[in-house]
Amino acid sequence: MDQYTLNLLVVGASFALYIGIAVWARAGTTAEFYAAGQGVPPVMNGMATAADWMSAASFISMAGIIALAPAGGYTQSSFLMGWTGGYVLLALLLAPYLRKFGKFTVPEFVGDRFYSKGARLVAVVCLIVISVTYVIGQMRGVGVTFARFLEVSTDTGLYIGAAIVFAYAVFGGMKGITYTQVAQYCVLIVAYTIPAIFISLQITGNVFPQLGLLGSYAPTGGDVAFLAKLDQVVTELGFTQYTSYTTSTLNMVLFTMSLMIGTAGLPHVIIRFFTVPKVADARWSAGWALVFIALLYTVAPAVGSMARLNLTTTFWPNAVEGNALDGDAISLEQINTNPELSWINTWVNTGLLAFEDKNGDGMIQYYSEGSANMQAIAAERGWAGNELTRIDNDMMVLANPEIAALPGWVIALVAAGGLAAALSTAAGLLLAISSAISHDLIKGSINPNITEKGELLAARISMGFAIVLATWLGLNPPGFAAQVVALAFGLAAATIFPVLMMGIFSKRVNKEGAIVGMLVGLISTSVYIFLYLGWFFIPGTATYENIPANWLFGISPLSFGTIGAILNFGSAYLVSGLTKAPPREIQDLVESIRVPKGAGAATAH
Amino acid sequence: MAEEPQNNNAYWAANVRIILISLVIWATVSFGFGIILRPLLMGISVGGADLGFWFAQQGSILVFLGLIFFYAWRMNKLDAEFGVEE
Repeated sequence: MDQYTLNLLVVGASFALYIGIAVWARAGTTAEFYAAGQGVPPVMNGMATAADWMSAASFISMAGIIALAPAGGYTQSSFLMGWTGGYVLLALLLAPYLRKFGKFTVPEFVGDRFYSKGARLVAVVCLIVISVTYVIGQMRGVGVTFARFLEVSTDTGLYIGAAIVFAYAVFGGMKGITYTQVAQYCVLIVAYTIPAIFISLQITGNVFPQLGLLGSYAPTGGDVAFLAKLDQVVTELGFTQYTSYTTSTLNMVLFTMSLMIGTAGLPHVIIRFFTVPKVADARWSAGWALVFIALLYTVAPAVGSMARLNLTTTFWPNAVEGNALDGDAISLEQINTNPELSWINTWVNTGLLAFEDKNGDGMIQYYSEGSANMQAIAAERGWAGNELTRIDNDMMVLANPEIAALPGWVIALVAAGGLAAALSTAAGLLLAISSAISHDLIKGSINPNITEKGELLAARISMGFAIVLATWLGLNPPGFAAQVVALAFGLAAATIFPVLMMGIFSKRVNKEGAIVGMLVGLISTSVYIFLYLGWFFIPGTATYENIPANWLFGISPLSFGTIGAILNFGSAYLVSGLTKAPPREIQDLVESIRVPKGAGAATAH
Repeated sequence: MAEEPQNNNAYWAANVRIILISLVIWATVSFGFGIILRPLLMGISVGGADLGFWFAQQGSILVFLGLIFFYAWRMNKLDAEFGVEE
């Protein structure tokens, strides 16, 4: 059986499974549509949360971002700590109280706690901006994965993905999405760990990639530690040492913090904690979610670093035993004739990898042009520049099984895993958007007397519209996906997280404070990002060039969410202090959400 | 039932104390050991790298896990002590 048929079979089988689950778990009521009827056990909810949370960025991009970071793999540890540390904040500061409050959406909590339709509307705007920007990346991820593995165009892949999400999200609602996500988690974690175990065995001889990362380099008998070997190989070629320390501690701290509080403020993650039966379950559920997330996140740095070494030694065969530059670089003849290296041309065809024999010596020299030492060596040996001209971050995970020469079914599994990661996150985001529209806008403001059936229909129609919008944006993405995701996290950190935390931990913050705080967070963060990355991400409209010398106090636009959150907290407390305290019944409401007793089922009110 | 608000306040104060302790640990392993204090921990080597590198890429995630389960366990006990469990 050829690889294409195998990919088609495995991906097709996974899709059939998702649709089957969706039909079985159709939502009949708004409680089922918005919160799966509050009947999801904590372990299962944790698994669904993990799939909801781990997007195309986690599955496809993260290991590559770490592996290929120009300043060394350590500097990108922010993603590892940030995207997991946020769950501590969720579990301790938000999830149990929001579950006790017992409503369906994040804006609904904001509206009730701050006794204001205005506050609810501002929260809806923040939620929609965050979720829409985030969903674009997922739709792109679906398109790219389809294009690589199923030989269709990226656009066709996007249409197929949108149709599948439509089928199970619109009919199943939260109930269908939750049970589908459980299946998607299983597919994606198996797809991620199997190649990781194989590559760890090859390079370090350790079956656990987490231990392999600290283990020794197996091909030379195990005298050298794996990370020491990696450091030696990359520095020899002029690249920054893999484990070297960051040059900007401030930005690394602020960026990690932005990702942490941004994670805790993402609406599609928060609403997952409305689906469990009790407050105690919300606490356990956050723990289980992190167990399932950590399974991938502790493997990712191992996958990244091992793939980087594998890639480098492929291009410099002598680096396996000794020094890369003591031998010749890989020859074009090898690339074109050796079946073990056929993946190089496969990936060149996708555009994610590119090489060019600049000096015409029939060999491909891969090194860092920026290093003075390498420039001297290049001049001496007659090289005309680095000839491996492009290695995309996304390639590292997707090509891993081929680089390590794993069997065909593993490659097919990785395709299904990438799609599961992107689809499950897209579905969660679309649900957050549709519930904000049907529950907060239509039922909350426009037509409070809408019937249960009418609201359910409105929820399904707004989900349909959200999918069409997401597909269109996926076909015409504004700017680079990475910048768009930075905006989503920055805004979640600067708007949703502070307002929820103040709503629970302060009885004094009032409606004026909450509204001003959210607006200050929203505007300051988006303006700061737009100044450096282009207004509304339209290329060429940036006011300042995005270089450290131009940044305010040296703070990168990616790290600004933390500052936005501080501005939000500060202005909310200031304005609340100058205006009237919240009414008695609101202070009682705060008292009641702090105590688990009497949570019961969520009500639609 | 006149004692209920007092009981609830004591429960909340105990909860906030547990949260603060947990957050100090949360910040120490990630921002502390993983980032700011890494240069000081360079001398302690862990399989080819140093302790700070390990905390940044593995250790802090494991501590986060421990923290959440500790909090869930501790709070469920606290709920029972104050008689506010569901």
